[in-house]
Amino acid sequence: MKDIKRRIAISKYWDYTFATIGLLSSFVGLALLLTLFLDLFIDGFPRLSYKFFTSFPSRFPENAGILSAWVGTVLVMIVTALAAIPLGVAAGIYLEEYAGKNLFTNIIEINIANLAGIPSIIYGLLALGLFVYFFKFGESILTGGLALTLLILPVVIMATREAIRAIPNSIREASYALGATKWQTVRWHILPYSTGGILTGIIIGLSRAIGETAPLITVGALTFIAFLPTSPLSSDFPFISFRWLLDPFTVMPIQLFNWVSRPQKGFHMNAAAAGIVLMVMTLVMNGIAIYIRYRFRKKIKW
Amino acid sequence: MRKKIRLKEFFIEAVLFLSAASSIFITLSIVIILFYESYGFFKKIPIIEFLTGTQWTPLFAEPRFGVLPLVTGTLLTTSIALSVALPLGLIAAIYLSEYAPHKVRETVKPVLELLAAVPTVVYGYFALLFLTPILQKFIPDLSGFNALSPGIIMGIMIIPYVSSVSEDAMRAVPMHIKEGSYAMGATRLQTAFKVIIPAAFSGIAAAFIIGISRAIGETMVVAIAAGMMPNFTFNPLEPVQTFTSYIVMVSLGDVPHGTLEYKTIFAAGIALFFMTLFFNILGFFLRAKIRERY
Repeated sequence: MKDIKRRIAISKYWDYTFATIGLLSSFVGLALLLTLFLDLFIDGFPRLSYKFFTSFPSRFPENAGILSAWVGTVLVMIVTALAAIPLGVAAGIYLEEYAGKNLFTNIIEINIANLAGIPSIIYGLLALGLFVYFFKFGESILTGGLALTLLILPVVIMATREAIRAIPNSIREASYALGATKWQTVRWHILPYSTGGILTGIIIGLSRAIGETAPLITVGALTFIAFLPTSPLSSDFPFISFRWLLDPFTVMPIQLFNWVSRPQKGFHMNAAAAGIVLMVMTLVMNGIAIYIRYRFRKKIKW
Repeated sequence: MRKKIRLKEFFIEAVLFLSAASSIFITLSIVIILFYESYGFFKKIPIIEFLTGTQWTPLFAEPRFGVLPLVTGTLLTTSIALSVALPLGLIAAIYLSEYAPHKVRETVKPVLELLAAVPTVVYGYFALLFLTPILQKFIPDLSGFNALSPGIIMGIMIIPYVSSVSEDAMRAVPMHIKEGSYAMGATRLQTAFKVIIPAAFSGIAAAFIIGISRAIGETMVVAIAAGMMPNFTFNPLEPVQTFTSYIVMVSLGDVPHGTLEYKTIFAAGIALFFMTLFFNILGFFLRAKIRERY
């Protein structure tokens, strides 16, 4: 009897010890995030000023800023969003609503899962061979945006599919029963109900694209750009110009990479400041995504 | 009228189909471009020399094209990352799926996901300017660029991939199996290690494999903090170069299109592509297996 009690006590002891270890390991990530943020903040905060956002990079760390970098990031993101959203959502709709259960669908599915696992730098090599040299887009904003499109396409497709899959079949059947065609059902019932999930996926995809560096380095984004792309508004007819699409560019993470690779302490401070801006951008986007998911989940009750 | 609707429906379906098929076009063009661009490289450099050479100096006046230094560099950083990510990720997954109260799980999981959302350049900054100086206090021999510090940071970075996939696998184990174990008087720990982990084994293996593939393909952390020096070494205290950081280094310079140097990045890319492809496919089938079982 005593022996059994002792064994139970030992088992319980290990059970509680593991609970503590588990809790601690789950918080390693959190601790790292906090340290990282604190470190960036201490190093970079003094550099965050209005001037930092409105200056071009410079040889002198005190004068250097991120103007060309954030403008580049915004423009590249516009291209990425315009290309990735329609393509990804359309592919998701096809796979969930139209595709039959056959070999071809299976191949597409395995293929998309595989695309999601390919290292980002491989997409950079693809974009270098395909967009820069084959389609001759050059080392431009268009190339950069399309490279990131390829990268986040699997994210958008998978989010779209998941959102659509959550819609009960009764909704579709009700629509068909009233004589709606497939597209009418998708357009007026499936898409509105899945908007929340799709938006969440798109924002998470774009927030990943904002932080991506490697594929843009391979397509030849420059590390030192002291000018802005051509303005999209022009004084001549038709007043809108797309010249900026083919301009060379830099983006926030590349600017950060460039500064961190230099030996001087001053540039490291700039890197930290750029890091804060970049982190805030991605965290805000992720926050919005979580909020949207929460809102839509609350609003829709099947 | 009906004909018009039918035509429209057909047209829309065709557009949607083409969008879905574009993913296959992407994979095909990756393979074609990598093969096409590295073909010229392998025509000049015998593949045996590429695979067995211990010196990788393509940009020197007397270039050598032995890929082994990149292999050891990649192996080194990857194994350091995994020795951090696997235990922590697995323990976190067990804790979250078997121990944690609902509230803790709902707060910890999104935070873990955030780890994967932080841009990798920021991790690189952190490895080079925060972790390395701290490690140098304990290990005086540690050089400013090394494999250890980016390896550790990469490991923490891939915890969410490991933990979320293995947690899914453990949750897929049917309740009655767990209840059977508890009914026999087992503690949560005994149930976790003797019942749930064996039952979810293929899913956990998939999580590990996804972690490996992430670590192999990770670029910016090693490019910033590991030093970009192709060293044929297994010493984690020395600077190393991985496949990914080699591609970054060459792309940063001005390498003219079509030269042998330009083609080397595609040769490195094709090696990287097949390594990750192998692990991805393996992981995919292991995950499919556990889904089938329960």
